[in-house]
Amino acid sequence: MIPAAFDYAAPATLDEALRLLRRHRHAKVMAGGQSLLSLMKLRVASPSFIIDLRRIGRLAYVKEDKGAIAVGAMTTHAALAAAALVRRRLPALAQAAEAIGDLQVRNVGTIGGSLAHADPAADYPAVLLACDGVVVVRGPRGTRKVPAGQWFTGLFATALRSGEIVVEVQFPILPAGTRSAYVKMKHPASGFAVVGAAAVVRLGRDGRVADVRLAFTGAASHAFRARAAEEALRGQEPTEAAVRAAMARAPEGVDLLEDLVADAAYRAQLVRVYGARAVLAALG
Amino acid sequence: MAVSRLFGARVKRRDDPQLITGKATFTDDVTLPGVLYAAVVRSPHAHARITRIDASRARRHPGVRAVFTGRDLADRLAPMPCAWLVPGCELKVPRRPVLADDRVRHVGEGVAVVVAEDRYAARDAAELVAVSYEPLPAVINQEEATRAGAPRLHDDVPDNTAFTWTTTGGDARAAFAAADVVIHQRFTNQRLIPNAMEARAATAHANPATGELTVWVTSQNPHIHRFVLSIVLKMPEHKLRVIAPEVGGGFGSKIPVYPEDALVAFLARELGRPVKWTEDRRENYLATIHGRDHITDLEIAARSDGTLLALRGRTYANLGAYLSLAAPGIPTILHGLMLAGAYTISAVEYTVHGVVTNTTPVDAYRGAGRPEATYLVERAVDLVAAKTGLDPAEVRRRNFIPKEKFPYTVPAGITYDSGDYDVALARALAMVDYEAFRREQAAARKAGRYLGLGLSTYVEICGLGPSPVAGAVGFQGGLYGSATVRMAPTGKVEVMIGESPHGQGEETTFAQIVADRLGVPFEDVEIVSGDTARTPMGWGTYGSRTTVVGSGAVVTACDRLIEKGRQIAAHLLEASPDDVVFQDGRFSVRGSPDRSKSIQEITLQATLAWNLPAGVEPGMEATAFYDPPNFVYPFGAHACTVEVVPETGEVRLLRYVAVDDCGRVINPMIVDGQVHGGIVQGIAQALLEEAVYDRNGQLLTASMLDYAVPRAPQVPRMETDRTVTPSPHHPLGLKGIGETGTIASTAAVANAVMDALAPLGITHLDMPYTPRRVWHAIQQRGEVRP
Repeated sequence: MIPAAFDYAAPATLDEALRLLRRHRHAKVMAGGQSLLSLMKLRVASPSFIIDLRRIGRLAYVKEDKGAIAVGAMTTHAALAAAALVRRRLPALAQAAEAIGDLQVRNVGTIGGSLAHADPAADYPAVLLACDGVVVVRGPRGTRKVPAGQWFTGLFATALRSGEIVVEVQFPILPAGTRSAYVKMKHPASGFAVVGAAAVVRLGRDGRVADVRLAFTGAASHAFRARAAEEALRGQEPTEAAVRAAMARAPEGVDLLEDLVADAAYRAQLVRVYGARAVLAALG
Repeated sequence: MAVSRLFGARVKRRDDPQLITGKATFTDDVTLPGVLYAAVVRSPHAHARITRIDASRARRHPGVRAVFTGRDLADRLAPMPCAWLVPGCELKVPRRPVLADDRVRHVGEGVAVVVAEDRYAARDAAELVAVSYEPLPAVINQEEATRAGAPRLHDDVPDNTAFTWTTTGGDARAAFAAADVVIHQRFTNQRLIPNAMEARAATAHANPATGELTVWVTSQNPHIHRFVLSIVLKMPEHKLRVIAPEVGGGFGSKIPVYPEDALVAFLARELGRPVKWTEDRRENYLATIHGRDHITDLEIAARSDGTLLALRGRTYANLGAYLSLAAPGIPTILHGLMLAGAYTISAVEYTVHGVVTNTTPVDAYRGAGRPEATYLVERAVDLVAAKTGLDPAEVRRRNFIPKEKFPYTVPAGITYDSGDYDVALARALAMVDYEAFRREQAAARKAGRYLGLGLSTYVEICGLGPSPVAGAVGFQGGLYGSATVRMAPTGKVEVMIGESPHGQGEETTFAQIVADRLGVPFEDVEIVSGDTARTPMGWGTYGSRTTVVGSGAVVTACDRLIEKGRQIAAHLLEASPDDVVFQDGRFSVRGSPDRSKSIQEITLQATLAWNLPAGVEPGMEATAFYDPPNFVYPFGAHACTVEVVPETGEVRLLRYVAVDDCGRVINPMIVDGQVHGGIVQGIAQALLEEAVYDRNGQLLTASMLDYAVPRAPQVPRMETDRTVTPSPHHPLGLKGIGETGTIASTAAVANAVMDALAPLGITHLDMPYTPRRVWHAIQQRGEVRP
């Protein structure tokens, strides 16, 4: 648990961080370090240079901005879980933040770090997808906004390009009457999501499901939207039976992960069960 | 004798403030001037021949002071010994070098050691040691390892079988012939990783002037460490001092003397500078012992009225790549002899094969053999109940050894000291409200919910133990308790014990005993342990022995001081010693309470020695060794309720009730703490923990990200109570409590889960009952829709 030697810088500004990143092509950007440091201690990762963002205070905020909840990349999970705006307008995000790791991890780990690391079992990705969120990155060629659906490209892989840093995450504020929830089965050891499900649901005037977006994390190499299940649920009465019936299609077409905790058949079941639990929790 | 004031009181643990506030000194906190750091180069292969080691790059790395390989040490250090040479089982102890010098036999085995000026340089340089391996086929499963054609680990261990041990008592053949019900079941007690919060560490310092070598080490038994290190280092014991500072949990994993302990001592002596090594968590998973790992075929013979007649079985015990210090005794003496549990089973026929495989060595882990036995017999009772249609509580009552039959000798030949099993079970059933739960369970089943209740009416052997028995069963040591009670001139008391408590609370409980016994303030008593230079020869802390055997020595030594004080008081008070009574810390003349002296006054007089009676030596110090006449046999009844969620296979623990009987209780708070921790570890075996290897011998659960150590939210509130059946042969009526929770709880949870799944026709599942495993089992029954 002793990392290999590395150089370290903790710039005070984002511009300085970006300059360092240009200069040290193999540098690794560190936000909260809750994943990176473990990998370094195991010597799975041995970056030669660490750019620590912790001194860049202006990257930690939660605010309402042009119809979205804008979250600074260095906002900790604990701060996000406690933010009144998030708890009121996007409960799924607060629930996901609260479900991460343990208190120590939540006090240090950040949303930007988590999304850049793209652990397939991280909690935020499901919420980001279900909410049609946007990841804002800054790089040598300025700022770019990446829609949630394009952010996750594979196992620990994202649309982040060399030289770029995640600076903000935007979650569109849901229209009144649209409700959200995030539920997960925790890995008994790591606390990561064996399967995590985020649901955003709106009922129409007729009391039927007018709109639903459902996304899963932990189940595949990266988070995904369960569009077939969404389709099956749209227009249905929001009964438990209807929700469960629609969830039969949730694992459709997905190459599910297999590990000691869950093989593919069991993960498919968890996708069905937790998908239903998320929708039902959102419906209240 | 004074009326007890502290015995039985909820006195807060004295060591907690310093432990909780981080002020305690653990081995890794011992940093000596000029210390060098060692890092071990470990095998990435489960089985391979070492063809070449090139350490030249490592030696050139900045800060590196030395590199030693296995071959460098082969003539310098003796092999690591095994110290439980169980007789009558054709035991073979393969050679285990401190560092592998020819072949590696498990992932994580040390092949070289690097010593450098700091930890980072040592670790970096360890990666520069180029070891060439020629991989060999590996074998992981102990049953497969005994088959013809399996890769052989050691030339002198044919069939990879280090021993085959059998216990027989009664006439099993006749019992099976007469049985109405015969059940066969294969069980596994899966491999567990002990996971002490503090990983292992060792620091050594050689004094060039005296030739004395001091070793600070994470040990449960520093005197055993000294004994063994003197053999490995080829160094006389009186030149070795072993200190176990605060130890952050052991659970058996810090009983063994490890290769790294010897390495650090050797390096300090060789290099003339202090040397330190601290294990990281990954090394802890690979190079510190594992526990359990049994595969058992068990046959149970019973009558249709639920009477248990006989057990017949065969266990393959995985010992790992080498025989760790106590390894042969765990699945035999501490396991096989306890197979009949709390029941009047008249015949037992049981064989245990101790098998070497290409895995981390297996040794004592909390309960050590007894949780495995309890799991087998308690599951057997429930299988008989299911087969005969009887209530599991009733089957237990019908088979309990009755109270009046104690001392009771079981077929395996050991004699239980005392017990009152019915009372403990009745109490547990009342606490869990057994009848009401059965009604709730029946109603829930109609509603498609699956509730279960499990009982575990365990008995265990502990308080290890009579030394002649230790010798007879091949334990290469004594097992008595030892204590020196030394009173300073002012009457303050130091108690040096040969046991080595590390969180079990004897710093507090022994001070309670001594303060009561000598009539001195609790604050005036200091309990000293963990240093071979300060404490009398003793055998350490494990096997729920410390309170039992240690207190025997402590009270004997106290009584010697009281007797001496009586002689001196009689002399000073001009009375006959027979007329001097000792009560509440005062010696007084019978009938003349005004003629008296306090024990502090007498101690001062004994220390000054100006006016002592003829034939009485100066000083107030006594040493006693207490060799118990028998083991002690705590028992109890645990009850657990669960709900299994069919759609996910999740097991929810609802309630956990524990009624334990450890004889008289010195400190109920500490007993509760021991029970709580034990239960959690036992629950973990039932629901969470399993060390998993792949076919090539790579540990797949090699970190806390993968291996599920229990967390607080995974454990229900525990409801504890006690019955009190004193041990008839112990001076204070004590029995041990350190392992009961672990011994009882795995079986209680297992029985609860199987009870919940019974309506689905599931009679057996292997532990741990993970959601995945339970869900698949339910799917295979096909009776519950997803």
